[in-house]
Amino acid sequence: MMFFRNITIGQYIYRDSIIHKLDPRVKIITVILIITTIFLVNSWTGFFIIGFYLFINISLAKVHPKFVLKGIKPLLFIISFTLLIHFFTTPGDIIYRIWILNITREGIHRGLFISVRLFYLILSTSWLTLTTSPIALTDGIEKLLSFLKIIRVPAHEIAMMMTIALRFIPTLMEETEKIIKAQIARGADFESGNLVKRIQNFLPIIIPLFINAFHRADDLAIAMEARCYRGGEGRTHYRQLSINSIDHVFIIITLFILIVSYLWVV
Amino acid sequence: MFIHLKDVSYTYNLNMPFETVALKGINLKVNRGEFIGIIGHTGCGKTTLLQLLNGLIEPTKGQIFIENIDIHKNKKKLKEIRKKIGLSFQYPENQFFEENIFKEIAFGPKNMGVAEEQLVQSVKKSLQMVDMDYQSFKDRSPFSLSGGEMRRVAIASILAIDPEVIILDEPTASLDPQSCSKLLSVIVDLYQKYHKTIIMVSHNMEIMAKLARRIIVMEKGEIIMDDTPRNIFQKSIDRLEDIGLSLPQVTYTMYKLKKIGKPVSSGILTVEEAKEEILKLVNENKK
Repeated sequence: MMFFRNITIGQYIYRDSIIHKLDPRVKIITVILIITTIFLVNSWTGFFIIGFYLFINISLAKVHPKFVLKGIKPLLFIISFTLLIHFFTTPGDIIYRIWILNITREGIHRGLFISVRLFYLILSTSWLTLTTSPIALTDGIEKLLSFLKIIRVPAHEIAMMMTIALRFIPTLMEETEKIIKAQIARGADFESGNLVKRIQNFLPIIIPLFINAFHRADDLAIAMEARCYRGGEGRTHYRQLSINSIDHVFIIITLFILIVSYLWVV
Repeated sequence: MFIHLKDVSYTYNLNMPFETVALKGINLKVNRGEFIGIIGHTGCGKTTLLQLLNGLIEPTKGQIFIENIDIHKNKKKLKEIRKKIGLSFQYPENQFFEENIFKEIAFGPKNMGVAEEQLVQSVKKSLQMVDMDYQSFKDRSPFSLSGGEMRRVAIASILAIDPEVIILDEPTASLDPQSCSKLLSVIVDLYQKYHKTIIMVSHNMEIMAKLARRIIVMEKGEIIMDDTPRNIFQKSIDRLEDIGLSLPQVTYTMYKLKKIGKPVSSGILTVEEAKEEILKLVNENKK
């Protein structure tokens, strides 16, 4: 009954590595740059360079590649689904025919491109979350969004909500698992029946989960107020983010590699 | 023999960076009609053990037999197992979801295939077992109850599936003293009047000494003691203190008296026994 234990996306693993020490803002910007490049690059050489770059990044983070790949498992279905859709629906040179379905050369090409893009997308985002603690991540986002304060975007509040949400993901997952187990012990069945029945079967999980979550939110709000929390204005940070020479070198190398991968068309 | 755990181990997050061993090499036999108390520190594997007992999790190593059937050999049988062995988690009131107490308690038996006509009967019976009045409670919302009542309704919702064994994970946690003693008398009734086999986890040594007939002490995923309360609280006091478990207060007092050389017997479990011993001591001094 380990429903959630296999999900590795969003997990943070502490290691003593260069990547872990990078400024979170640098890492967030890097991931944004990588994702942008992934969708601009149009050659296999380019993909190969980005792939190599990601591999180096993950190795530098001292996180076992196996663990990163595990995070992709739940999304394999989506990747293979898009792959097949592209195989069969792209018009062009027909190279194989199954019944009324035609596989085209262009289809294979585009399908593989999209799959690699999705693969890299997951790889780069899990690289970010695996190496950056949730607190550092939200600090980084807050700082990155702070320029939006001019147009009254509540950057601090957004970051605070993210921190709280991230903080409660494991708690809620644990709680869900416990409620599921408790209901199974009372004979609940989550694995059989038709769709309507199955959705009904989830009520005994959802309702207690929501009730408990609201209780928790209430408690948390009171606890925050009891400690005089009143928003972000004039608030200082315990951890000061600072960009130093390693960050500069990292971002320059990243930019260089990504530009090369985009421009390199053999 | 009713439940038999044979060399059972359990590891969370097997083959992952956060792999943690919760239980290792557990051998345990439980007979019908026992009242077993499980004590041990937080994180010693008590809750994992309870979940193994009714097939909620599958051991990573070893086998679990219930009435001589390996419960993980035939997955379809698991529901029958859960009908025989009821498990009430810690804070069981956190799983409430129905609009009234009748429906809440009927959820279990309904799932187990009890016919509609018989539901009233089984809800009535289980409310009676936890000493609550059917007529005045059946239409109330489970969320409108007091903490102690909630706990008893939650336990009634397990009793409604009519299990032979009832597993209780810290049933008295965070209850006020009055609700606590009310609940304990319900548990005693379940054991004596309704002849249920009870397996109970508690941090309260007084309760354990008073109620349990057999105590299992766990540490770091292993069973380190398995004996009667008297033997455990008599012979293994130092060992218990070593692993940081407290003794019942009377037992401790008598143990200290003995240590300073007073001729009292050790392994005292209840205040009554202690009274007798102390009176004996006082009378002897008078002579």
